Amino acid sequence: MEYIALQLFNGLVNGSFYALLSLGLAVIFGVLRVVNFAHGALYMLGAFAAYLLLQDFGVGFWVALVLAPIAIGIAGMVLERLLIRRLYGLDPLYNFLLTFGLTLMIQDGVRLRYGLQGQPYPAPAELAGSVSAGLVAYPTYRLFVIAFSIVVCIVVWYVIERTRLGMIVRAATERPELTRALGINVDRWVTPVFGFGVALAALGGVLAAPMRNVSPLMGSELIIFAFAVVVIGGMGSIAGAVIAGFLVGVLASLAAVFDPALENVVAFALMAVVLLVRPAGLFGSLEARS
Amino acid sequence: MTRLLRLLPYAVAIAVALALPRAMYPVLALDILLWGLFAMSVDLLLGYVGLLSFGHAAFWGLGAYAAAIAAKSTGVPFAIAALVGAAASALLAVPFGYLAIRRRGIYFAMVTLAFAQLVFYVANEWRDVTGGENGLHGVPRTFPGLALGRSADFYYAALPLILLGYVLAYRIVHSPFGHVLVAIRDNEPRAQALGYATWRYKLLAFVLSGGLAGLAGGLFALGNGFASLDLLHWTTSGQAVLITILGGIGTLWGSLLGAVIVLELRDALTSAPEASGVVTGAVFVVIVLAFRRGLWATGRDALRRFAAPVVSARIDISEGEVRHGRS
Repeated sequence: MEYIALQLFNGLVNGSFYALLSLGLAVIFGVLRVVNFAHGALYMLGAFAAYLLLQDFGVGFWVALVLAPIAIGIAGMVLERLLIRRLYGLDPLYNFLLTFGLTLMIQDGVRLRYGLQGQPYPAPAELAGSVSAGLVAYPTYRLFVIAFSIVVCIVVWYVIERTRLGMIVRAATERPELTRALGINVDRWVTPVFGFGVALAALGGVLAAPMRNVSPLMGSELIIFAFAVVVIGGMGSIAGAVIAGFLVGVLASLAAVFDPALENVVAFALMAVVLLVRPAGLFGSLEARS
Repeated sequence: MTRLLRLLPYAVAIAVALALPRAMYPVLALDILLWGLFAMSVDLLLGYVGLLSFGHAAFWGLGAYAAAIAAKSTGVPFAIAALVGAAASALLAVPFGYLAIRRRGIYFAMVTLAFAQLVFYVANEWRDVTGGENGLHGVPRTFPGLALGRSADFYYAALPLILLGYVLAYRIVHSPFGHVLVAIRDNEPRAQALGYATWRYKLLAFVLSGGLAGLAGGLFALGNGFASLDLLHWTTSGQAVLITILGGIGTLWGSLLGAVIVLELRDALTSAPEASGVVTGAVFVVIVLAFRRGLWATGRDALRRFAAPVVSARIDISEGEVRHGRS
């Protein structure tokens, strides 16, 4: 029983990362129609930025939690301006391939400089130790990760669903031509939205740094899970991405109670089931807008 | 005379294939032909059905493991082992294809990518059969009456099977079935309106493509003597897509040109695998941004300008342009 409770929390932690990454993917896809393959690599860069801030400038976790996503978000905006923008008129597959190429460059570039070995990153002192959470004692930092990502997801959902800015973004997503005709400059929002999605990935990377070693390939498998999550949730659906993220995380960890070998397989099995019974995803509409 | 001229490129191609192991290491020559076949299987879907599979490593890798296991445990002749690999991959392509063709475009790419990762994890966990992270080594290659110890010997022994793979891909594309595929690529609702159950065509194309990738993967495992996890990794799928696009989407033979360049490049960078990733990624970026037509189409146009009438007449045929069949 304790083990199940423990796995439930582990699942929520994993789900937090799936949710943050898929959320960024969904926001970017919604406005740009780009599936950003480099999302996992940018998540890794977020973790590396935190690591370098600490190593070279003595900047701690809390500042890094703000600075690293901003820095990587800006880097993402540069990428959008220089490269991704050039392919908007074409099939979205080309940007998928472009960002795949960027992924290889980023991952192996970092590997060339820092090696394959993971670098440890300390958890902030305030969140050391563990607290009693129901049946089990659970590391404080991991509980913080769960709570923090839920808050971030809710804030993003609120901004997109309930504010004027979000309304513009949603309008641009659903009817770009009509939105332009109404006098709203859609293009102005493209670069910031991409930067914002990337910043969410980097934020996930900073959060992951104290739990998982900071290593060049830390995002290389996560991105595939994020894709599965996005297919399950329904592409372009903000709430779908978040809910499917936590769902996959929890189900995978609970499956590991029966057999550890199942943990990595659950996400893809769930994706197969969703494709079978509801190809558009749990919260999606079937390619109506692509 | 025209007929002879038409056969000329095939004669040249076979001569090149026969001479290749003398121009470079036989192992590299074999890898080029096999990666070329692998990329062709990707092109069969991408160029002729309009579906980008980003999960073909699953078929290449499964073909490799199945062939390796068949050869190790039963000691069957290599050709049988390779065909076992092809059959295993074609079989796996049935459920994967059935699910994946429910989505199109970018979703199809993501779904195939995810399914391939599933195979990767299964191979990683199923250590008794796959050797887990160590993979399978010491895969024997035998054939009654042939000594296949040297790589060059195996190259020539495997060549008929590889050529069979190419011919199969070519025949698929240039059959009435292939023309229906192109019709689906260009306008699926219209193909449906004409009475084609398009999902059957797509599924069959997916299965055939998976089988070809499995054949290539199986021969790869036999030629190199091992099957390992990285054959199943998503970077392998990406590599195949890169070769396809570099050669030219929808050209089939372009895949061979792409394979020559990518594998020579990788061979030149073997001492620094990380640098090879950076270079491969950069090639990808440059091609997608500035060279989407690929080598084959670019070369063909140059050739056309150079020697207009005779050459262009035959190249239109080999290119697989949209020509509707009567089926």
